[in-house]
Amino acid sequence: MIELTNTTSAEIAAEFVRARTRSGSPAMGMVLTVIVAVREDDATEAMAAAQAASREHPARVLGLIVGDGRGTSQVDAQVGIGSGWGGETALIRLRGEVVKHAESVVLPLLLPDSPVAIWWPTDHPADPAADPLGRLAQRRITDSAATTRRRTTALERQCAAYVRGNTDLAWTRLTPWRALLAAALDQHPIKVVAASVTGERISPSADLLVAWLNHRLRVPVTRHTSAGPGLTEVVLQSREEEIRICRTDGKLATLHTPGAPDRPMALARRGVPALLAEELRRLDEDDIYAETARHLVRMRS
Amino acid sequence: MIVAGNPLRDPRDRRLPRIAGPCSMVIFGVTGDLSRKKVMPAVYDLANRGLLPPGFSLVGFARRDWADQDFAQIVHDSVKEHARTEFRQEVWEQLSEGFRFVAGDFDDDVAFDTLRRTLEQLDQERGTGGNHAFYLAIPPGLFAPVIAQLKEHGLAEGEDSWRRVVVEKPFGHDLDSARELNDVLGQVFTSGSVFRIDHYLGKETVQNILAMRFANTMFEPLWNANYVDHVQITMAEDIGIGGRAGYYDGIGAARDVIQNHLMQLLALVAMEEPPSFDAESLRLEKEKVLSSAVLAKPLSRSTARGQYDAGWAGGEKVEGFLAEDGIKPTSTTETYAAITVLVENRRWAGVPFYLRTGKRLGRRVTEVAVVFKRAPHLPFSELATEELTQNALVVRVQPDEGLTLRFGSKVPGTAMEIRDVSMDFAYGGSFTESSPEAYERLILDVLLGDPPLFPRHEEVELSWQILDPVLAHWASRGKPEPYESGTWGPKSADDMLARHGRTWRRP
Repeated sequence: MIELTNTTSAEIAAEFVRARTRSGSPAMGMVLTVIVAVREDDATEAMAAAQAASREHPARVLGLIVGDGRGTSQVDAQVGIGSGWGGETALIRLRGEVVKHAESVVLPLLLPDSPVAIWWPTDHPADPAADPLGRLAQRRITDSAATTRRRTTALERQCAAYVRGNTDLAWTRLTPWRALLAAALDQHPIKVVAASVTGERISPSADLLVAWLNHRLRVPVTRHTSAGPGLTEVVLQSREEEIRICRTDGKLATLHTPGAPDRPMALARRGVPALLAEELRRLDEDDIYAETARHLVRMRS
Repeated sequence: MIVAGNPLRDPRDRRLPRIAGPCSMVIFGVTGDLSRKKVMPAVYDLANRGLLPPGFSLVGFARRDWADQDFAQIVHDSVKEHARTEFRQEVWEQLSEGFRFVAGDFDDDVAFDTLRRTLEQLDQERGTGGNHAFYLAIPPGLFAPVIAQLKEHGLAEGEDSWRRVVVEKPFGHDLDSARELNDVLGQVFTSGSVFRIDHYLGKETVQNILAMRFANTMFEPLWNANYVDHVQITMAEDIGIGGRAGYYDGIGAARDVIQNHLMQLLALVAMEEPPSFDAESLRLEKEKVLSSAVLAKPLSRSTARGQYDAGWAGGEKVEGFLAEDGIKPTSTTETYAAITVLVENRRWAGVPFYLRTGKRLGRRVTEVAVVFKRAPHLPFSELATEELTQNALVVRVQPDEGLTLRFGSKVPGTAMEIRDVSMDFAYGGSFTESSPEAYERLILDVLLGDPPLFPRHEEVELSWQILDPVLAHWASRGKPEPYESGTWGPKSADDMLARHGRTWRRP
């Protein structure tokens, strides 16, 4: 890591090239730029997660810490190339007037002609696509479950602000559940007349699952509260039978299906790097999330 | 009633992975290397990624006096040592509940009765739904008795359920034996339920050959005899035969590697664009190109073979092939084989495909190099282009998966001086680390019944048809030429290319 104090985007870009040349491999194999808009306290963990995800998707990871807006502008950066992974990273700290123009620092550092993703690990703007940094990106990743402000309505606000390219890790967390439910219904094509979802009191994933099931199955879906962790139970009910998935420990689920013995299923909660890697796998519009988000807003209004 | 299928499924929903339906897998030959190093770890990795169906069960069959727990211990050790993903106790416990072991010989009726009862019990207790895959991780000589037993004990077909059989290379040792083997399998299983595993075809980079060729504009226009001078397909190993003398002696490099891996690579590189990427279209295109492939003649000048001799390989002193344990000093089995194949169609007329493989070569590498013709006119002085050779596009299959493009560039400095430079693409660590191991993908495809990545018996037979004359030719010509371990093969292989003014790439 090279420390650059009171620096500029041009110097950061030059340092990337120098770092690559020093490592003996000036070629770039990176496929996208990931901006991490993060608070000082969460920076280390978030950068580590983004770097882990860039093992699967070699990326230039730009961490951006927006500090105090008073006083003279100053840009500081720690620049490095990955050892053991294919990407590059810069953790950039802004202070003073420049905090209002963060995008001017990032713009010159975007890799040419390749996609840009932005991730807000904790708090995110109310309308990510209208955010000056968010506007630079094709993929805007929020995490309604990790936000520290107005937690109960965070997801609903994200869904209301949905435009093409927005996505939320609460949705990503659902993929294994949705896969298991779809597979169970493949095997036991029961006529579902009602469904229920149980999870922690504040669980954006549970709320999204309710919306998804309600939208796809067009049956009433009830939401129940449990102690967690996360989602704990989903039931699809027909007149006579039911498909039920319970997971009380956040690791192992039990699948109850009609006419078959109860079976355990690995259904571990995934870490943030795995979730990010899934998000970065496809950068085109996620039609199903779009429908689900719009449906959630309709259900609440 | 849900008429239009599962309402939770949507083709636009590309996040949802495919999870196999309820089933079990029976492994014959649980103590072998293949089972312990590849199959069992892959099963665990699939379970860990949540891709195995609930209730999935694994049944071991072997001539050992074991209980279910002993079998579980074997799997446990192999998973701990070889699995790609992290070991998680809860995943292991869930998976191991479905372990069963059946002890017996392959000609033991009682054992196969027990196997049938075990599977029926699994259907009851764990809801495997009568769907069972039989993985024959045993020498091909034992296929016939096992297949016959499966049929005799009513294990080869189920009501409203599937039975599949999985076999590994070698798929025979010549055309006749391949046909025999196929007859043995075909009498009991339909061709759609026979899965031949060629693990190379499960590799991301091999599938990427198709993506590179057919998703891009800039390669395909050059992909023909107008621009391509020749193609080199190499699979080199730095190790010797190790403990596999019993298998290797009498088989040799050509049967072991060229017939399956290299012929499949050739088919993927040379085939025409399929109308779609379903199994049937791919198979048809591969078959088409393999049926236009012929050997260059005369064979004495267009092929080469060798046997490694004692020497120094990578700083280590190693013994020659004939001194290996279990190899007769008079063995004529080749450990290096190179052949020249011509593809007789308009696209490839006159472009030789050089295929080579060997053990104890310079380093471990598998690659396909498409070498282009020289530019028809070079407006530079001869001195300026002295260091410029031919442009090449190299698909690196393993290790260090990726693509290399070699082209001429000006040497920095005052004089006009042009030399070869290489441009590398390595898809980060993703082809090696995060992406599933070939066996995971293939086993999942077996359980899903998805056949695109498995060679069909037609392709296997076509490959043998190409290779058989070489094997016959070599059988009548005494001993292979010795080559020093740690080098790039015998001199005759270099001569084979030198006759046409070409040289092997040093991969």
